[in-house]
Amino acid sequence: MERVHQEQGGWIKIHPLVVRVTHWINALGILIMVTSGWRIYNAAPFFPFRIPNELTLGGWLAGALQWHFAAMWLIVVNGLVYMSYGIVSGHFRRKLFPVTPAAVIRDLAEALRGKLEHADLSVYNAAQRTAYLAIILCAALLVLSGLAIWKPVQLQELTAMLGGYESARVVHFLAMALLVFIVLVHITMAILVPRTLETMFTGRARRAS
Amino acid sequence: MKKRTMETSLAGQSPKLIRSVERRLFLRQGLSLGALALLSGCNLTDDETVQDVLTGMSDWNDRAQAWLFNPKKLAPEYPESAITKPFPFNAYYGIKDVPFVDGTDYRLELEGLIREKKPWTLPELYALPQTSQVTRHICVEGWSAIGKWGGVRFSDFLARIGADTTAKYVGFECADDYYTSIDMATALHPQTLLTLRYADQILPPRYGFPMKLRIPTKLGFKNPKHITAMFVTNENPGGYWEDQGYNWFSGS
Repeated sequence: MERVHQEQGGWIKIHPLVVRVTHWINALGILIMVTSGWRIYNAAPFFPFRIPNELTLGGWLAGALQWHFAAMWLIVVNGLVYMSYGIVSGHFRRKLFPVTPAAVIRDLAEALRGKLEHADLSVYNAAQRTAYLAIILCAALLVLSGLAIWKPVQLQELTAMLGGYESARVVHFLAMALLVFIVLVHITMAILVPRTLETMFTGRARRAS
Repeated sequence: MKKRTMETSLAGQSPKLIRSVERRLFLRQGLSLGALALLSGCNLTDDETVQDVLTGMSDWNDRAQAWLFNPKKLAPEYPESAITKPFPFNAYYGIKDVPFVDGTDYRLELEGLIREKKPWTLPELYALPQTSQVTRHICVEGWSAIGKWGGVRFSDFLARIGADTTAKYVGFECADDYYTSIDMATALHPQTLLTLRYADQILPPRYGFPMKLRIPTKLGFKNPKHITAMFVTNENPGGYWEDQGYNWFSGS
């Protein structure tokens, strides 16, 4: 306690508790959904490749389905908590907007040259904003296409909107691929700037001098 | 929980069936040990806990799907030009092992909460009012295929035999030792079909001669073929794949 008080002047609050908790639950949920989903894909692949079974979860199709349809509730409930908080508290408005094309291009170019400034962790740069917005849209598409292939009769209007059952399977897979790509970039960035990882646990960062 | 209801419902079943169910349970446990090995770092206790949670979630998903099920919502029907040719054969065995059922001495046996338990011959079933549908069969593996099935609307048949439609389940036993069961709401759905024909021909052996149940609101493995007996009950009878870990409701 004493230490916290001593350091208070030099530290600023970055991530609220709700964001940190839902982030890590989401990380676990996505890991389960993706690895069990790969096993389900392997039962009837529609691209000319399979995912190596060593990377999948569930042991066999029934096991993978059990994981997938259990973790489904975890990420949907967790996602709803996160989205409600983000909208109601103004977290999204403050942290993710505005995103202008010019800023995105500038920050992406800087990121690629390894020159992107990360001095103030409380402000997301435009590349981060784009990535985080893309991941939210991707998650929404995953939920919708997932519902469309889980309930192609009860939710047939949704399935039809995605081009029918077979097409919705492909949409679900491609949205997964995009999500995995964004997550891999996200993890790479967190490794390159380790302070950001620490912040996602503690919620605090040292004030920029 | 499933296991207990299954044991209860097994009372009075043949020793052969009980042996084969025990074999399946052993197989399932063996397979989850394999899954455990993949989840490196977990021990057996953890795995049992994990398996209990997953089974509990699957039971919860049964209830969620029963709640989502709209008895009036019809599965999309397709033009005959959309039919998948050839329609894939699928079973827990290869096509060479499709059972031979002699149509001349075939009898559909009725058991459980049914008033008229008189067995049905094929000519009697063919003489009932017939209907047909072109619908999409969706396999739990993910693939799908469109086919045309003809036969007797199952809700009409249940009414004709005086089935207790306030009971919870309808169970099926098949000539290939397959077995499964469905909820009464799905049994009464207008597209659930006591199927006697495929593509306007007598149902060929590979698609389930002499009779299958076509349920376009459920995954393929909930559509039993070569049905020899059906019964109405309030105890969940489980099923061949369901007892190994596949979700019981498996609605589309």
